[in-house]
Amino acid sequence: MTDTAEKSPHQIDVKEFHPRARAALHNPQIRQNFRKAMDGLMSKRTAAFEGWDLETLRDLGANIRKRALANLPDLLEQLEQKLTENGIKVHWAVDADEACKIVRDICVARDAKSVIKGKSMVSEEMELNHYLQERGIEALESDLGEYIVQLADETPSHIIMPAIHKNTEEISQLLHDKTGTNLSHDVNYLTASARLQLREKFMNADVGVSGVNFAVAETGTLCLVENEGNGRMTTTVPPCHIAVTGIEKVVPSIEDVTGLLALLTRSATGQHITTYFNMISGPRKADELDGPEEVHLVLVDNGRSSIYQDDQLVDTLRCIRCGACMNHCPVYTRVGGHAYGTTYPGPIGKILMPHLIGLDEGRHLPSASSLCGACGEVCPVKIPIPDLLVRLRQESVDGDKLHPARVRGHGAKRNTVEAMIWKGWGLMHSRPGFYRFGTGIAAKFRKLQPGSLGGWTQYRTAPKLAPKTLHQRMKERQQ
Amino acid sequence: MSARDTILQRLRHRSGGELTAPACDFSVLQRPDWSTAEKLDLFQKMIESVHGEVHRTSESAWVDILAGLLKSRGAQTLLVSRESQVGRTLKDAASSRDDLPDLLVYDEAIEHWQQELFNTVDVGITSTRGGIAETGSLILWPSADEPRLMSLVPPIHVAVLYASELYSTFHQAMLAQRWHERMPTNALLISGPSKTADIEQTLAYGVHGPKELIVLVIE
Repeated sequence: MTDTAEKSPHQIDVKEFHPRARAALHNPQIRQNFRKAMDGLMSKRTAAFEGWDLETLRDLGANIRKRALANLPDLLEQLEQKLTENGIKVHWAVDADEACKIVRDICVARDAKSVIKGKSMVSEEMELNHYLQERGIEALESDLGEYIVQLADETPSHIIMPAIHKNTEEISQLLHDKTGTNLSHDVNYLTASARLQLREKFMNADVGVSGVNFAVAETGTLCLVENEGNGRMTTTVPPCHIAVTGIEKVVPSIEDVTGLLALLTRSATGQHITTYFNMISGPRKADELDGPEEVHLVLVDNGRSSIYQDDQLVDTLRCIRCGACMNHCPVYTRVGGHAYGTTYPGPIGKILMPHLIGLDEGRHLPSASSLCGACGEVCPVKIPIPDLLVRLRQESVDGDKLHPARVRGHGAKRNTVEAMIWKGWGLMHSRPGFYRFGTGIAAKFRKLQPGSLGGWTQYRTAPKLAPKTLHQRMKERQQ
Repeated sequence: MSARDTILQRLRHRSGGELTAPACDFSVLQRPDWSTAEKLDLFQKMIESVHGEVHRTSESAWVDILAGLLKSRGAQTLLVSRESQVGRTLKDAASSRDDLPDLLVYDEAIEHWQQELFNTVDVGITSTRGGIAETGSLILWPSADEPRLMSLVPPIHVAVLYASELYSTFHQAMLAQRWHERMPTNALLISGPSKTADIEQTLAYGVHGPKELIVLVIE
């Protein structure tokens, strides 16, 4: 690993994408781990959709999400009202910092010293663990992958499988160093040790923090998808449960959930369904014998309402966080999740993060793509990811007069020389006389053409101009 | 202005054009009208593919089957509910036979016996609100009588499912049981034992919840 990769996850400079990507490309272990995992995930997804009318199902998924987004403010109010009726306290946070404060205040009011966490990408976005720890509240991840990543003081490299960048040997060493587990390549043994360590933590935790996959407005229900049971533990064992979610996760009805669930787990891991689908609609009732006495939901905006303003970029908010786009991305598979330096890596990260951190910080993200289109083809809710990447590339150089740039930090990549070259190119191609003159000159002086063209010629030979232009050759043929 | 008002106002006064809300056609989720036998075959195939264990039995024989299964696993304690049919049947049976593990009734709040539940209970047995054939899932609505942790903390979870209560899909089950009218504190779909593939995509069972899921299907 290079110095850049070893930096604390909280100090990563997103702009340094290229050195990180280069380092990852030269790390055979990383490439091998990701290649193996992504190949497996792709074939499992294909198998899971066998016999389905996948296009129609994806249309349903897209329509469910579009309908929810079209009514977003009303649905959020309905959700708040229903949850409140059910006894769940609802909080709103404009940004990550406010969301962290809300969680901390709930902890402080309960005199809570330890928090156990189920997997939540929004809490990663908030850097909640870091925030709580700085204020003397222990925050421990309980999803096995997240637990491993936390022990290693890293961030997740995949939104569904956080520790995918590590192999068994590395994990065994880590568990040995940090928790005293015996060195072993037996995954069952390693898993059983983690079970024992975490069970103690569940019993003693004051607060459980989880994410939310879908929030149902009609019934006031928070849905969580998981395989391990740590999500159920987190939301059942501690006396207080705090769920954190982005404001876009709300859907009108429980029927909508059936459509999205059918897509989510098959797209993510190729499972027909996860082991647990956990639906929570309230705290423990007076006669019930377990479950938290207090349940809170923190609705986090953190840039989402500004994405919502744009007719094209709003599609980003359809995302149900399955990770299929990264599983199928040739760039992600080669550089791995950490190279991006962002909470959400891969294609979805490339269209989501520029809003969250600004295009000045995230200027390289939309370009870290070959625009092969695989992400758009597998997206279960049909987000036109490649189109949005092109749009953000335009924004990063302020390149399109028809769509005035909106994203914070737009134009950060604008380069006067490049802009002039393209302007000249445009002029030449819109005036036939200019074009013939220009190509004629270029053909005549082709020997002066530089052999090296920056990044392009690093792995390729430079294209050579033909001795005669097409127009000249056509003319010769006609004679 | 509060965070709530700020967010809602931004969403309500969107600068773009009107967002379309297309109609949603759920017919793609529909499956043919399978017979109970077909649903049961599919349910069994699906849940076995994720390491669940299915035993087809009858109202009169399931306790015998259960006793045999638990004996072979050396189970010492079996957690039952106070009032459910399953709990009562087992309590009655235990008074006249000695091949069942010691019965423990979940009848007080978890705070009073958390250590015991986490450290000494081998098996929890619950009833179900039906099952889903397409995905091999059990539907559970934990209640005051059958609390949430019964199906989560003990290393073995046994569920009793009536074959007649199998639905083809989640969509069908949710509509038939009118979930949109009322949801319990906690509702669950359970499809197999707890598992993880977080270490190099290698499957391991029982990471946090039960290592084994045994379904007794009453035909």
